[in-house]
Amino acid sequence: MHNCTIAELASSLRTGEFSSVELTQAYLKRIEQHQALNSLITVTADQALMQAQAADDMRAAGQAGLLTGIPVIHKDIFCTKGVKTSCGSKMLDNFIAPYNATVIEKFHAAGAVTLGKSNMDEFAMGSSNETSYYGPVQNPWHTAAVPGGSSGGSAAAVAARLCAAATGTDTGGSIRQPAALCGITGLKPTYGRVSRYGMIAYASSLDQGGPMTRSAEDAAIMLQTMAGFDDKDSTSVEQPVPDYLAELNKPLDGLKIGLPEEFFGTGLNSDIAQALDAAIDQFQKLGAQVKSVSMPHLQYAIPAYYVIAPAECSANLSRFDGVRFGYRCENPADLTDLYTRSRGEAFGKEVKRRILIGTYALSAGYYDAYYLKAQKVRRLITEDFKAALTEVDVLMGPVSPSTAFGQGEKTGDPIQMYLSDIYTIAVNLAGLPALSIPAGFVDGKPVGLQIIGDYFAEGRLLSSAHQYQQVTDWHLQTPEGFD
Amino acid sequence: MNAAWETVIGLEIHAQLATKSKIFSGAATAYGAAPNTQACSVDLGLPGVLPVLNREAVRMAVKFGLAIDAAIGPYSVFARKNYFYPDLPKGYQISQFELPIVGPGHVDIEVDGVKKRIGVTRAHLEEDAGKSLHEDFHGLTGIDLNRAGTPLLEIVSEPDMRSADEAVAYMRKVHELVRYLEICDGNMQEGSFRCDANVSVRPRGQAEFGTRAEIKNINSFKFVEKAINYEIERQIEVIESGGKVVQETRLYDSMKDETRSMRGKEEANDYRYFPDPDLLPVVIEEAFKEEVKAMLPELPDAKKQRFKTHYGQDDETAATLTASRQLADYYEALVKASGGEAKLACNWVTGDLLGALNKAGLDISRSPVDYERLGGLLKRIADNTLSGKIAKRVFEALWQSPDTADAIIEREGLKQITDSGAIEAIIDKIIADNAGQVEQYRSGKDKVFGFFVGQVMKATQGQASPGEVNKLLKAKLKG
Repeated sequence: MHNCTIAELASSLRTGEFSSVELTQAYLKRIEQHQALNSLITVTADQALMQAQAADDMRAAGQAGLLTGIPVIHKDIFCTKGVKTSCGSKMLDNFIAPYNATVIEKFHAAGAVTLGKSNMDEFAMGSSNETSYYGPVQNPWHTAAVPGGSSGGSAAAVAARLCAAATGTDTGGSIRQPAALCGITGLKPTYGRVSRYGMIAYASSLDQGGPMTRSAEDAAIMLQTMAGFDDKDSTSVEQPVPDYLAELNKPLDGLKIGLPEEFFGTGLNSDIAQALDAAIDQFQKLGAQVKSVSMPHLQYAIPAYYVIAPAECSANLSRFDGVRFGYRCENPADLTDLYTRSRGEAFGKEVKRRILIGTYALSAGYYDAYYLKAQKVRRLITEDFKAALTEVDVLMGPVSPSTAFGQGEKTGDPIQMYLSDIYTIAVNLAGLPALSIPAGFVDGKPVGLQIIGDYFAEGRLLSSAHQYQQVTDWHLQTPEGFD
Repeated sequence: MNAAWETVIGLEIHAQLATKSKIFSGAATAYGAAPNTQACSVDLGLPGVLPVLNREAVRMAVKFGLAIDAAIGPYSVFARKNYFYPDLPKGYQISQFELPIVGPGHVDIEVDGVKKRIGVTRAHLEEDAGKSLHEDFHGLTGIDLNRAGTPLLEIVSEPDMRSADEAVAYMRKVHELVRYLEICDGNMQEGSFRCDANVSVRPRGQAEFGTRAEIKNINSFKFVEKAINYEIERQIEVIESGGKVVQETRLYDSMKDETRSMRGKEEANDYRYFPDPDLLPVVIEEAFKEEVKAMLPELPDAKKQRFKTHYGQDDETAATLTASRQLADYYEALVKASGGEAKLACNWVTGDLLGALNKAGLDISRSPVDYERLGGLLKRIADNTLSGKIAKRVFEALWQSPDTADAIIEREGLKQITDSGAIEAIIDKIIADNAGQVEQYRSGKDKVFGFFVGQVMKATQGQASPGEVNKLLKAKLKG
């Protein structure tokens, strides 16, 4: 049963083929068996079984929805009441969240079961899951390789069939890149589509939660529950949530696909380029039209991102000061000692690097040259996307310049690590929705295709992906040893 | 003050806005609760929480802006002001930097009869921090976050004031204004209204400003005056003895009546302001401004002017009666209740009523005598039922009991005797009983007249109308 999609599981639960408790037990067993992956930081087995029982009762009372009784895993960035919410950091290793994130509330209301909290790069800063305080996560397709990051634990867990689906967050590619590297479907919604309340902030103007699933249809089911205006998040958008499932069957006839020239340049691995060409051919066979577009400012996305995101994170992470919650150093001599040692001892290297970069970029005398300049670049990139999306319906391209790289391969070179997000970062700067779907393999490792859409066009992205998944089976492949 | 030096003062006033809940959370703002009982997850800065702007705080800021004739909006931005301190939960304060909600405006003051316009550079919204408690913790510091997130309006003046008196007049004026607008309770002891003063001196006639010192957190009018005067003397002394004033933050110690250095410029924080990505820019639409404008009360200056022209009051009286909106409202309601006795009402409010309130330490809003009952008393004075002297007795009774003036007059039989027949009879008897005094009066000793008045009043227990008594006595004594 672990190989089923949410849609299939929901149908089995409905017909009584198995109960949610049985399904939950099966997944908990798989989690136990595959501990070596290190994809979870916390397993909430007892609570999961209680939730499963409640879901079975809900079903018996005739109140079940599509997610009722479906076991999922949440990225350990979403505050979960009564459960450790670590954000992958030593800083929050002792933090039991006293409240639920809005996303968690929504899953609870839908009757979903939470199996546990997934591993992630510390405070979502990383592209390989190697900055986690809880150690690296293995890629189920190649255990010596990284799963990508920062939502690496969620991606690995979905790929290894340790849960039906998972949540992730994406600030510069943190849903799409691990989805691509692990061969699953990952959607970063439009900024403001999913509430950020209770999602521990990395870079507030870029962070967005989204689903990580086995299929586009599952992503639609998950997004249906996750999306919506939240009066606790001023940046969430007051716009009705469409029926994503109903939109899935929209045919691809006449869909205009734009291929940004800048996405297919020299940096891209030629095997990946080939896999993507084949996927795009498939879309054309389904009735889509393809044209080339140009977005000249995309090349500045990485430098702009690495000013804006660190600037925001330098302030966002100030609350971790050892005063009210989280790690506190032992026997502080005075206030300054309390601050410097608590933060110095509990933050990892990458987090410190970004706090330092951000603090520097916001400092008197540097603000204009860095922060303001980066904001201008951000506007230009957004304009590029808007212009391109007046010509075409969606943009397609790679998610990552390479397939899953080896553990430790890039940890010594932050710039190389930053470049792994070259195709995803611009989308966050523009606030657009984008997803990654499996589109082939290179040397036995999955390749992801990125589809970028206009603001709030998640329905269009999901239906495009769904139509593609109706005629391909890349998304149905299971890594060896996990079937 | 030293004639060779000119003082330059600018004030930053922090007015706590009287919203029910905090500026970015739903927690209550009430003062005096047990520590940390009025701080919700947002105020505590827990991981993952987000601020949501309180619309009422925006409305209040706009109200203030309209009242000082300031430019408002249309677009205002919240920014993060970054610094570490244990009572600042997020490690940054949400404030406004580049685009404040209220732009340039002005406040008019008057010192010793000289009017002056003080420029207001800006007023911006921000959240207050919590409190660090250093007592009772034996070498440790306690943190109370109840105040964290309370909305503040920081009102920044131009360096337009030239003396401590002007600074106090300005601060009083702003204090009066925020209370008129009902956007701040003005309670200075609880810290609802406090200020920082930027003070510098320069040789008279010099165009450039001298180096300034900022005196932090002054919470009374008296201390503002004292702190500034101390600081002026200190700076002049430093310069005259060949030294230089250094730019620094100073603290006023009211016990010692002096200011002392807190931190110098080199220790000053770089606050690294940047727009808060958790909050959207605030757009103040014309319609919202109009809506707030329509609800603005009559402002102190306009009210004072109207009292002068409409009620014929002198400057001082009008100022007294309009010192607070509640007092002015009381006065006008009293005039109405008394049947239009504006002058009488004025005398009674500024005299007996304020006197009694002061003595009892009460505010007008808590006066035991409401305007209805006082109005009833004034009516009886106006129609001659009561003499002034008896009226004071009735007032005392009003203060003590919930009865109306008429009920008291009736119960205690205090009606003034205006019936000339009755008074004549009494006078006749007194003249008959005091032949000696009559003789003295008739031989030209006018002073004896007072004796007769006293006798009549005694016989009538003060209830005879003094006018009537005078008239009748004079006629009868002539013989």
